[in-house]
Amino acid sequence: MLFSISWRNIWRNKLRSAVIITAITLGLVAGIFAAALFKGMGDQRVEKVIKTELSHIQIHQPEFRQANEISNYISEANHLADEIRKNPNVKGVSERILIFSMIASAETAAGVKISGIDPENEKLVSDLNSKLIEGNYFEEQRRYPVILGRKLAEKLNVKLGSKVIITLQDMENNITAGAYRIVGIYDTKNNLFDEANVFIRDRDLRNLINLPEDACHEIAILVDDNENVPLVQKSIRTDHNDLETMSWLELSPEMSYLNEAMDLMMYIFIVIILFALLFGILNTMLMVVLERVKEIGMLMAIGMNKLRIFMMIVLETVMLSLTGGVFGILFGSLITKYFETHKIDLTVWGEAYSDVGYDPYAHTTLHPDLLVNITLMVIITGILASLYPAYKALKNDPADALRTE
Amino acid sequence: MRVIEIKDLYKIYNGSSVEVKAVNGINLSVEEGEFTAIVGPSGSGKTTFLNLLGGLDKPTSGQVIVDGTNIWDLKSRKLIDFRLRNIGFVFQAYNLIPVLTAKENVEFIMQLQGRSKQEREIRTKELLNEVGLGDRLDSRPAKLSGGQQQRVAVARALASKPKFILADEPTANLDSKSTETLLEIMEKLNKEEKITFIFSTHDARVVKKARRVITIEDGQVLSDEAR
Repeated sequence: MLFSISWRNIWRNKLRSAVIITAITLGLVAGIFAAALFKGMGDQRVEKVIKTELSHIQIHQPEFRQANEISNYISEANHLADEIRKNPNVKGVSERILIFSMIASAETAAGVKISGIDPENEKLVSDLNSKLIEGNYFEEQRRYPVILGRKLAEKLNVKLGSKVIITLQDMENNITAGAYRIVGIYDTKNNLFDEANVFIRDRDLRNLINLPEDACHEIAILVDDNENVPLVQKSIRTDHNDLETMSWLELSPEMSYLNEAMDLMMYIFIVIILFALLFGILNTMLMVVLERVKEIGMLMAIGMNKLRIFMMIVLETVMLSLTGGVFGILFGSLITKYFETHKIDLTVWGEAYSDVGYDPYAHTTLHPDLLVNITLMVIITGILASLYPAYKALKNDPADALRTE
Repeated sequence: MRVIEIKDLYKIYNGSSVEVKAVNGINLSVEEGEFTAIVGPSGSGKTTFLNLLGGLDKPTSGQVIVDGTNIWDLKSRKLIDFRLRNIGFVFQAYNLIPVLTAKENVEFIMQLQGRSKQEREIRTKELLNEVGLGDRLDSRPAKLSGGQQQRVAVARALASKPKFILADEPTANLDSKSTETLLEIMEKLNKEEKITFIFSTHDARVVKKARRVITIEDGQVLSDEAR
């Protein structure tokens, strides 16, 4: 009956309860939306890192990543790539030739990373082909085609069809150069990446630097599910322990920190909202207890012990908070669900998000564990907010309380 | 059988300048089945005396012995439990739980005692029938008249099967018809079920029904008259 009394007590002053329930609802809607937006942006960033920049797993010669020496290549790379393709969890494998070099237009030059790729294999690993905003993805049979980012094109002041010169060192340490025609311009919405990455066909680059046939610097692997990355990584490591096999999290540990920081930030945000609401709830319950001095005195007089009085106030506060919590979670989830498919345009802040690698068209992501945690946090808030009013209720003396009008 | 024995009971309030002796050395006893009225002018100490008797207010000195136990020797928790199991209360302002129906108000006290659902339901119906509210089981206090609320309060006080019922001016807020009905019910319960009633009152109609009248003035027993 304690539950029943507490629940019915909430509705004795409907307006007052409605005000605090509305406050909790609005607070939680804001909290859930902001948390889901942080999470969505974080997930988008991770997805972009995997799909556009890193893939799930990369294989290199152990020294390659430190020195970026073109002589540190993986020999018999095609054979290894074919072997990896047989793994049922692997969606795509791309062998890449990588060189850090200079690219120059008629006006200026820039330092870039040149990736020599097999267009068809690369398609299975990265989404570069879908990011083209001009031209095509190595589809025309032109000689020496090159694809570069919008940001780099702007920097070099070149456009589709323009010629650029790539200058690099070959296997014999001779400086060599090649003229390439721009056949495509891509835009990944990550300015840092777009400014620094240029793609040409592997055979063109191989010939230019005299890299042996069947050799490459990097084998990029896309796995069917992020969960299966450790499994695939382990099997490659076991069979080829002479090579360095790293997952995207090892290659870009900052992504993991970023994700953790995002999670922490969203919980801090929700805690701040709930902390502010706690005082509103506490104030409401204090008013309730002060209004019911006589009733509490009567309950004590007829034999309701202090624990039950305390529990009655705690239950009422928790139920009041949870009612707001349920509405907040419901409306927050509905709004968040809508923005999972309808992207939010953040381009009003110019290229601020693109400049740090975030997609300026953000979507929300709602994880069920967030809702479970918020529910628990609302209950804890309710309990905390109830402690002082419940303590005040216990301080009533039944004889004095019954004398009050 | 003696239900209550009161020995040298004092309640002294120390105000800023004057000492107020609200109860000033009362000695008396109450036997089972009594229908006793405590009368006296306003400020004579009736309510304080009932509060000391009911374990609601701590005396400055003296003893209130119920069934061989001095209730003021009990620790706070034990005293609350003692009240729950031994004393029924009827208040001037009815003091029902507003969010519970008549039936739930009566049942609540038995639930606090830990009685079974079946027992609670049977006894609640019996008691509310006895006070003439068998057809208002599901009405909340706000939907009942003052007299009806006070009858629910009597049923609630009886629900715990107490040794005695303390009623502080139970008819003070009632019209004459409701007072009459309530007194009839209380008298009937007293006679037929040997329920001990002790009530403070100003009301001459109530005093007329009492079989023992204790007059208190300045915290002392002025007269103790059996009829």
